[in-house]
Amino acid sequence: MSLPAQNEEWTMVIEPKRSLLDLRLGELWRYRDLVMLFVRRDFVSVYKQTILGPLWYLIQPLLTTITFTVIFGNIAQLPTDGLPQFLFYMSGTVIWTYFAECLTKTSNTFVNNANLFGKVYFPRMAVPVSILISNLITFAIQFVFFLAFMLFFALGGANIRPNLWILLSPVLLLMMAGLGLGFGIIISSLTTKYRDLRFLVQFGVQLLMYATPVIYPSSAIPERFQTLIKLNPMTPIVETFRFAFLGAGSVHQLDLLYSFVFMVVIVVIGAVMFNRVEATFMDTV
Amino acid sequence: MPVISVENLSKSYRLGQIGTGTLARDLSVWWARARGKPNPLLKIGQEDRGNRDGETIWALKDVSFSVEQGEVLGVIGRNGAGKSTLLKVLSRVTAPTSGRVKVKGRIASLLEVGTGFHPELTGRENVYLNGAILGMTREEVTRKFDEIVDFSGVEQFIDTPVKRYSSGMYVRLAFAVAAHLEPEILLVDEVLAVGDAEFQKKCLGKMDEVAHEGRTVLFVSHNMAAVAQLCKNGALLQDGTLKALGPVDPVIKQYLSNDENSRSNDAVRKLSNQRFAVTDAYILNKDGERVTSPVAGEEMEIVIAYRSQETLSNAVAMITIYNHQNIAVAHLNSKSGGRGGKIQAGEGKLVCRIPHLPLPNSTYRVAAALDCEYGQIYHSPVVLNFQVEVSKFYSTAYLPPSQYSAVLMEHEWIFS
Repeated sequence: MSLPAQNEEWTMVIEPKRSLLDLRLGELWRYRDLVMLFVRRDFVSVYKQTILGPLWYLIQPLLTTITFTVIFGNIAQLPTDGLPQFLFYMSGTVIWTYFAECLTKTSNTFVNNANLFGKVYFPRMAVPVSILISNLITFAIQFVFFLAFMLFFALGGANIRPNLWILLSPVLLLMMAGLGLGFGIIISSLTTKYRDLRFLVQFGVQLLMYATPVIYPSSAIPERFQTLIKLNPMTPIVETFRFAFLGAGSVHQLDLLYSFVFMVVIVVIGAVMFNRVEATFMDTV
Repeated sequence: MPVISVENLSKSYRLGQIGTGTLARDLSVWWARARGKPNPLLKIGQEDRGNRDGETIWALKDVSFSVEQGEVLGVIGRNGAGKSTLLKVLSRVTAPTSGRVKVKGRIASLLEVGTGFHPELTGRENVYLNGAILGMTREEVTRKFDEIVDFSGVEQFIDTPVKRYSSGMYVRLAFAVAAHLEPEILLVDEVLAVGDAEFQKKCLGKMDEVAHEGRTVLFVSHNMAAVAQLCKNGALLQDGTLKALGPVDPVIKQYLSNDENSRSNDAVRKLSNQRFAVTDAYILNKDGERVTSPVAGEEMEIVIAYRSQETLSNAVAMITIYNHQNIAVAHLNSKSGGRGGKIQAGEGKLVCRIPHLPLPNSTYRVAAALDCEYGQIYHSPVVLNFQVEVSKFYSTAYLPPSQYSAVLMEHEWIFS
């Protein structure tokens, strides 16, 4: 006979609903090996059976930058705050791509993994978190590429002034990751019910890019649209990044704080929704 | 000491459409509810069930039981009885609607092997990935890696992408990972349906080994022979409720008797308006009397009375006899006699004569099918049941022990 006290030592209780804020981050930490293996899988599998392989990480931003330089710089002749057009567009592209990829890829979490989630339990959050990390690695590669171009232009005598705001870049990255994750998991939670949202995401991200100073500096925006563009939490991030590395544009601490608070709120809302949906989404997908 | 305690567990699914279909209408329902107003989309007099259409079915209803440390519990029941739902709730793939489950120790499930295998990755990479998905850490996988590869028998190809594997290799590697999880509680669902006979034997052996190490196993299967062989206790689910729980043999017996009766009634009802229908099926003994328990060793006839809407030439009739463990012991095909039969429109009889019934004492189920030149036009898993209680097969009335003998065979011993 065992003692009654021993009988109550259950390691796990499965119940219909758990509290909204019980995000079980400790469990996610225990599954960190899985997160890293997902990251590895994404890397290894993406460029298998391609001729250029990992070179695509560099070709993509390069082609986008060239396209932007030709269309927005040369044909539309948008201002670039006195920076070399190529550097201006490249900084915007590289930064924006990180946010956009985080958002679009996490937004497919449930639908793309329905088969896996239906078979076995692991913290579902492992999937979006692994997406953030693998995108971060992509970003690092592309960013080094950008730095190389920066050096090239600096040696050519271009007027670029990197400054101490660079120290803030990890925070800026965190904010972008948070915004991408937050929006992404909100959308992925909703797509279990409303599939239409999947089609909206690509389109919405594209539109949002034009509402963010990626292809133009915020100084080029007329006064009456300034508040509108500052409501976009991505605006201060892109502006600060560019200011830190290229020294053109402006930094507003209050706007940054606004972005940060916005990010925290979105992540919390996203996590709560995700947490609710993951318990029963198998019944609706 | 119980390691799983299931308390009043229920799980409901909604059939049909979920939500009203568009976001706008859902929003208007939420908005009305937020202000304490009734559902604006509701028809007058309709019960408010939230913004949901369709009816609710209970896949599990108020199920309670507990499983002891080291117990091997076979969960049986018809399709849709709630077996898989139970395992899904236990493995936390989906949350219950009400009630709760308390668990002691790590649960791992073999709901389907190979979950999360990525075709582009090599066998080695997939072992690590699959192991992590199933809840192992990197170190654990590294520690057991050689053992896993050994068990799977694909050493040679371990650094080849799994998309180049044959399906057999794929399944073996996947099962090898799952088999080396070493959880305190293992959930197994029909994995034995995959792979060749030799591999199935290996799987059964592994499950047996797990059980002998004092770990707990929940085994869901339709293979009654495997359940009877592996499990000490059985749980019978029927329409989401627990019908029986206890030593495995009586539970299996109860399942098979309930199961067949209800199925054969269904089958008869379903077929009444088809172009070929079985109107009656019975057994005649050597004296031409209708019986339900023919005598082993004597002549018997299985008679299937039918009504056909049309004349069918080249018809092939076949019956399969299953024993109490759901094992097919004999398949009797009219083709074996070398001639196709002709079925005239109207009523008629198909008679299968068995000169010396070679079956030991047990209960049997007879499945029947009819093929004609444009395919199978009739199939029923149960046209009739019978049992053998008396054996005159051997002149001495000797009965071989039932666990060693699924058929009786004429033979002769020579001592010299």
